[in-house]
Amino acid sequence: MVYEIIDGFVQAIQLIVSLNPEVVTITVLTLIVSLTSTFLSAIISVPAGAYIYAHDFFGKRLVINIIQTLYALPTVLAGLLLFLFLSHQGPLGFLDFLFTPQGMILAQMILVTPLIIGLTISALSGIDKDMRHSIISLGATKFQAIVTLIQEARFAILAAVILGFGRAISEVGAAMIIGGNIRAFPGDILSGTRVLTTAISLETSQGDFPLAIALGLILLGVAIVVNVGLNMIQSGSLWKNSWNS
Amino acid sequence: MSTSAIETHALLKKYDERDVIRDVSFSIRSGEIFGIIGPSGSGKSTLLRLLDLIEQPTGGRLTILGTDALVPDAKFLLRRRMALLSQKPVIFSRSVFDNIAIGMEYRKKVKSEISRAVTEALDAVGLAGYGKRSARTLSGGEAQRMALARAVVIDPEILFLDEPTTNLDPISAERIDDIIIRLNREKEMTVVISTHDMIQGQHLADRIGVIMDGALPQVGTTKEIFHQPTTTNIARFVGVKNMYSGVITENHGGEAIVDVAGIHIAAVTPFHPQTKVTLLFRPEDVTLHMEQSVKTSARNVFSGIIKKMIPSGPFVDVIVDCGIDLTALVTIQSSEDLGLARGVKCWVSFKATAIHVIEEQ
Repeated sequence: MVYEIIDGFVQAIQLIVSLNPEVVTITVLTLIVSLTSTFLSAIISVPAGAYIYAHDFFGKRLVINIIQTLYALPTVLAGLLLFLFLSHQGPLGFLDFLFTPQGMILAQMILVTPLIIGLTISALSGIDKDMRHSIISLGATKFQAIVTLIQEARFAILAAVILGFGRAISEVGAAMIIGGNIRAFPGDILSGTRVLTTAISLETSQGDFPLAIALGLILLGVAIVVNVGLNMIQSGSLWKNSWNS
Repeated sequence: MSTSAIETHALLKKYDERDVIRDVSFSIRSGEIFGIIGPSGSGKSTLLRLLDLIEQPTGGRLTILGTDALVPDAKFLLRRRMALLSQKPVIFSRSVFDNIAIGMEYRKKVKSEISRAVTEALDAVGLAGYGKRSARTLSGGEAQRMALARAVVIDPEILFLDEPTTNLDPISAERIDDIIIRLNREKEMTVVISTHDMIQGQHLADRIGVIMDGALPQVGTTKEIFHQPTTTNIARFVGVKNMYSGVITENHGGEAIVDVAGIHIAAVTPFHPQTKVTLLFRPEDVTLHMEQSVKTSARNVFSGIIKKMIPSGPFVDVIVDCGIDLTALVTIQSSEDLGLARGVKCWVSFKATAIHVIEEQ
């Protein structure tokens, strides 16, 4: 077994280095789906978070509690619910999103949106009271005030978006249920729904360890890049120079 | 123009059930420098935030620049005619130039106007050439001057300053004080400054309001506040060290004699005999001499023994036991010249007119 593992790693590295078409197709589709879902979610979630932060309304505390609970929404549950909505008899059946990359993007957005909204609210709440007062005193309209606050919390909000991306790319349950792990036609990446996580799951069950390990290493690589990026943002070092110039 | 810039009537602010500002009624004249002095935690910052319309009062009336400021629609426009500098400078994560420009950007001023005004403001606060630097790299004094530039670049009619120099070294503090005086004189800006530093209050303000436990028990000229405080609490806060309870024994046309623990002190007051009063006078109004024969017009002359000497900066508080403890303020130099020391016999004198007499409640 030890030999098989070592052999699996060697073959996996060969697959990556030789840019094996299947590995490349799966990786590219994974990045397209997760980057799109995170980007679309961020466009909705940051303003939504800012809106919730800036307005007092009945049940605000409850809404924030629900959002925070959804951080831990099981991905298979999200997949199941969305499946019911997207199936032919379901209310969103007309979209024809089931077993498509679009469907997977929607599924990941559902998982990521509460996370980015919640962390945006936290990021804005973390801003010093004196600064909030100062912005009002300087004559900002409510909208201008929120824009300034988002600018001031930009590092924390960017970190929230990156965390969202991490959740999107690493989840397997919803991608499997909504996407169906369909292999793409050669030359048409978007015809398939096989992403890193679902492929690893399949190849492992089929005993194709080298391919599973190769895909796993890529996923790990993405995770490392994300983590390093997050650390740099949190220490502010990534932007420090350009802000000082 | 002597119209009111700000008028408050029975202003009230509660946090939860606690009154942080209670029953505050006063007015600030257009173009004056108005000081708000009071101990830490007395409500100075809260009062400034209410006047700057950042916080909503719980009750009372507030008129600013002739407009009822508590009408929701009026607030935003009034706010744009005022500015506040907080005790701890707020620094936005951007360049010094962009920090100063932020208020003008909110007002949608054109780029060329912003550029001209900000450059001018940088110059005025002594930060010329700092525009491109990240604001986060400034020292405490520089950051406070940047925040001042940001507040005044929008040409406010009323400028609020919340203990602007508390955290600064004396030189930076003096620079800020100078800028404030210049803005007031040249632009006729109404300035409202809170401070717990009596000397700054005295140095800058035309009139002063004393805030204690959220209430404003006295408003007056600096002379009135420092020499004629209306309560013993205010007296203690403004540095009146000689405070004695006594009873008026006689009064001839306002020239009264007050019995303080068996010692007779002459004071000027309209109160009738048998009134229980408190006598207040400042240590700098007490003169110390080594011989009885020194000629003085003061009606109160007592001999005593020096009990304690407390140095404070270039001065020393000399406490003399004359049956009651009297405090005199002398310079360190004259203390040395006179050979003052604990146990030395000396004479103290003070004028009847230097004593402020208040009736005991």
